[in-house]
Amino acid sequence: MTGDPLYLDGVDLVDVGIMAVKVLVAFTFLLVATMFMVWFERKLISDMQNRIGPNVAGPWGLLQTFADGVKFFFKEDLRPENADPLVFRLAPYISAVTAFLSFAVVPIGGSFGGGSSGTVTIFGRETYLQVADPPIGILFLLAMSSIAVYGVMLAGWASGSKYPLIGSVRASAQAISYEAALGMATVVVVVLAGTLSTHGIVAAQSGGFTRWFLVSSGIIPFIVFLIAATAELNRPPFDLVEAEQELVGGFHTEYSSIRFALFFLAEFMNVITMSAIMVTLFFGGPAGPIFFGMTWFWPTVWFLLKVLAFLFVFVWFRATLPRLRYDQLMHLGWKLLIPLILFWLMFISLKELRATYDWNWVVTYGAAVVALAIGASLLVAALRAGDRAYQEELEEV
Amino acid sequence: MVDTLVFVVAALICLIGALGVVLARNPVHSALMLVMTLFGIAVQFVAQEAHFLAAVQVIVYAGAIVVLFLFVIMLLGVDRAQNLEMSFLPIQKWAALLFAAGSLAIVVALIVVVGEPVTGAEAMSGALGGTDDVRLLARSLFSDYVYAFELTSLLLVIAVIGAVVLVRKPKVTDPVTAEDGGR
Repeated sequence: MTGDPLYLDGVDLVDVGIMAVKVLVAFTFLLVATMFMVWFERKLISDMQNRIGPNVAGPWGLLQTFADGVKFFFKEDLRPENADPLVFRLAPYISAVTAFLSFAVVPIGGSFGGGSSGTVTIFGRETYLQVADPPIGILFLLAMSSIAVYGVMLAGWASGSKYPLIGSVRASAQAISYEAALGMATVVVVVLAGTLSTHGIVAAQSGGFTRWFLVSSGIIPFIVFLIAATAELNRPPFDLVEAEQELVGGFHTEYSSIRFALFFLAEFMNVITMSAIMVTLFFGGPAGPIFFGMTWFWPTVWFLLKVLAFLFVFVWFRATLPRLRYDQLMHLGWKLLIPLILFWLMFISLKELRATYDWNWVVTYGAAVVALAIGASLLVAALRAGDRAYQEELEEV
Repeated sequence: MVDTLVFVVAALICLIGALGVVLARNPVHSALMLVMTLFGIAVQFVAQEAHFLAAVQVIVYAGAIVVLFLFVIMLLGVDRAQNLEMSFLPIQKWAALLFAAGSLAIVVALIVVVGEPVTGAEAMSGALGGTDDVRLLARSLFSDYVYAFELTSLLLVIAVIGAVVLVRKPKVTDPVTAEDGGR
């Protein structure tokens, strides 16, 4: 039976205390990290664009986000006349709460492999360095990301205004389209790990660089996951949802004051959480070399460094890639990513089955190649037919 | 003790949500109330240790199906309170009432006649205890119930193809209809 060893022998006050401390640390960490993420992004983007960026509040402008946050609290809280009062107030909280909850299942430390199972001893109790390790682990993340759609969607609708509505319809279409690819890329990892628990997934990757799912799943699921995650986050180049030139600000156009700040917080928190998830799924989580026997210290450092690398990648995307048009967005999602990851999922499953039941190499992979050829030609034929119909329509108009 | 508390709270959430779906004047509010009911049911699943079903409940129903409902409501612009007097079938209201009363009567009769738990089956947690419920579900889906499973997926494919066929625009040749009804 999986699960945090903390609860194996009943729950007493010390366990509850440890739990509370873990929740508090995760909450604070996420808030502070978000604050510096905003600063990091602004500073890095200005570097890439030959600007200076925030440099007045605090050393190197470090306190800029803090100053902005304080300012938000003192702004007037506007509500449009046409807005739906209840839903308008509810939407920012849905966004913020789901963003907070997703982080709960990410293991942020603990040494795996070499006999140890990723536990850390606090006050004489063994426990995992993650807030919760539910048996459904990674599905919890998918559930939260699908609930997060509501925040965006309801905000746009409840504003009673056209630009937010268009923004939110785009956002939900985008989220639904890319969720399939995101989910299937996750399934590849689950097939390889044989468990849904995030702790189990990290444990399955212990024992060196080649055991990371980045390598052992082939690099394709990671690339698909990265693209789909960027789309789920509504980050550039998938920021059609809040394209300033067309929609003012997208779904949060009508929001001001602390409600806007909540959306802003949720957005950056989701970037951090997504990076942490990618590290967990594909980069071995907190795996890395341990020096001087400090098993409680190094894994967390490695984890944070890996997350930081992904944060950099997201900012890099924003600074370099132009925004996708709506048809390009749908084309990439439905006609490229989903067929690709679907094929890869079947291939990886076949590979696992062959290894388990010791099937013949030639027959297995021969059948796979034949199936791939048939499937690919059907798909190409369907896409060609679609394009032809579209061209005919264009000529008629 | 805790189990009872969880059950009561989740059941209350389900019932309030269900009532809200029917009673709310605004379709978007109704859809949100539906989400609340689905969450209540997910909590019940977790209480029965059916974690996978709870997750799927949230991902599929709350995360995809109701989002599609909302999508349709927003796109079609029916998000204002509708006049209930205007319906296509005159007897629709009475038929609905009859069906509702009938189902209620059946449920009440079942509870009264059978007495204690209606199905008589214990919670699945007993059977699942110790094993991974994902494994168990997968094994029965792909062995005992594989035909039902495949037929269901076939049904879904038929539904998708049907939807595509229905939304295909017919070639309009008459310029008059092309003006107002073609698009």
